Amino acid sequence: MIAYIVKRLLLSVLVLLGVSVVVFSLVHFAPGDPARLLLPDGALDEDVAIVRQALGLDRPLHMQYWVFISRAVQGDLGRSLYYKQPALGVILEHLPATILLTFSALLVSLAVAVPMGIVSAVRRDSPWDYAGMLLATIGQATPVYWLGLMLILFFAVQLRILPSSGRGGIEHLILPSVALGAPLMALVTRLVRSGMLDILGEDYVRTARAKGVAERLIVLRHALRNIMIPLVTIVGLQFGALLGGAVITETVFAWPGVGRLVVDAITARDYPLVQAATLLVAGYFVMINLILDVLYVYLDPRIRYA
Amino acid sequence: MTGTESPGQPKQNVVEKGRTNRRFWRSRRAVFGSLFLLGICLCALFAGTIAPADPIAVSINNRLYAPAGVQGGGRYVLGGDQLGRDVLSRIIHGARISLLVGVSAALLSGTLGVGLGLLAGYYGRTVDEVIMRLADIQLAIPTILLAIALVGVMGPNLRNLILVLGITGWVIYARTIRGVVLSLRETQYVEAANALGAGDRRILWRHVLPNVWTPAVVIGSQQVGFMIILESALSFLGLGVQPPTPTWGAMIADGRGYLATAPHVTTFPGLVLMATVLAINFLGDGLRDILDPRLRL
Repeated sequence: MIAYIVKRLLLSVLVLLGVSVVVFSLVHFAPGDPARLLLPDGALDEDVAIVRQALGLDRPLHMQYWVFISRAVQGDLGRSLYYKQPALGVILEHLPATILLTFSALLVSLAVAVPMGIVSAVRRDSPWDYAGMLLATIGQATPVYWLGLMLILFFAVQLRILPSSGRGGIEHLILPSVALGAPLMALVTRLVRSGMLDILGEDYVRTARAKGVAERLIVLRHALRNIMIPLVTIVGLQFGALLGGAVITETVFAWPGVGRLVVDAITARDYPLVQAATLLVAGYFVMINLILDVLYVYLDPRIRYA
Repeated sequence: MTGTESPGQPKQNVVEKGRTNRRFWRSRRAVFGSLFLLGICLCALFAGTIAPADPIAVSINNRLYAPAGVQGGGRYVLGGDQLGRDVLSRIIHGARISLLVGVSAALLSGTLGVGLGLLAGYYGRTVDEVIMRLADIQLAIPTILLAIALVGVMGPNLRNLILVLGITGWVIYARTIRGVVLSLRETQYVEAANALGAGDRRILWRHVLPNVWTPAVVIGSQQVGFMIILESALSFLGLGVQPPTPTWGAMIADGRGYLATAPHVTTFPGLVLMATVLAINFLGDGLRDILDPRLRL
């Protein structure tokens, strides 16, 4: 167990190192001189030269990366050009809002999708099943930001029962969470439904039925427990999509998280901030997956890790 | 492959009746999806002829003009936007960018992903290890975040959009194809080809590649919809093809400020976008059922 966690941890470090290379390379994808990117349009050549030297852009690439990564390890992710502060601090300020939003979206989508998937499977081919599948199909095809705007239009503009943007009480969290969670909800509903259908045909379910166990208990005790593992897998895989969706959702709902920060930073050409945020979001994702991997062991005692 | 007959066709009996019914329903969805897509493709191809008005002609008098059926509306079927441009014509023209970017990006990422998946699955060991770790790294950065950062740095234009979306989408192909190749490698015909002295390149090209087409096409059909949503999201953030070229994402963004007074500017492009992706997904599901019903993605 410990050996397994250590191995996963090392792998995560490797992945993060890879991400750091991507993030480091980011400014070098720009056409022309990266130093010019950091300066306002029409900057003088002399100023560009000064910035180049100050940032070490005149040194060979591998040297630059070495400086970048050794600083990053010490918690120095560069300075935000717009906020004129260390980028790490700016991001850490915005990170709690993003964590809150992503988890709330995760919760909303699971709270809707798991029961819906179960009902669809148990009452197969019933109107409930069709309604659930219809919702799931539409959910997968709807862009998060447009759904967000439609929710604002309906609940904030017309019904005036929920706020359209900003962060505040729990009422501010509802619309963004629903919008962000919708694609995951669609996916999980389908997954739970098909998983349940498989499990309800298993021998142990037939045995339980033969023993006279109530149908409700069969679903809750036998079937639900066995659906947890694919569920955890899909949540782990989809958490990246959730984080990506958060970038858009935060922009739509003016939610003060890292996603909106990145979009604003791109507009402001604050590339150090974009780099740092990308690195930290990837770190958040890697950490979540690490936790989920450990969770597997508790969910399925059959899994033995060497 | 004999077309509509698939190897996994379930036997007809009472238990299977429900499944067959659903497949029929599914194929009806596939038909519906194909027809809708055909319409959208025609719109994209003949936008200039079909569109009732010039999509970029500004007409201040028709600002936020209400759509037909609403009181005070009617000049434009779907109303006018904040600059008085015809929303319907802009939607018709916007189909071009969505389809072009969606299909090109899916093709590019498909080629890249299938290639890497073939290599990883066939050669195994170090090659596999390197490619799969690259996949892990790519997955650790949310696609949309990476796309925003890259397009933001490289500059928002059609070429960069296709390039960035194409490069970021390879993982799902590579992982699936790798799995297929791993099992193909053990088959007797590959072993036989190997024993006969066929080189790696010949085996990959003649014996392995033809067998990974099906999963690749199925993933590809689903990825087109995903790419269209991604492109529209980038356009929504102002990182798509730049104005005045109409794109669905940018149209939705345009309407944001007028949600209370002129919701049609935001609603209609989104509905068409959703219907298009839905149609692509239907078609993809249908393709999967026809090509390989056992494939679950």
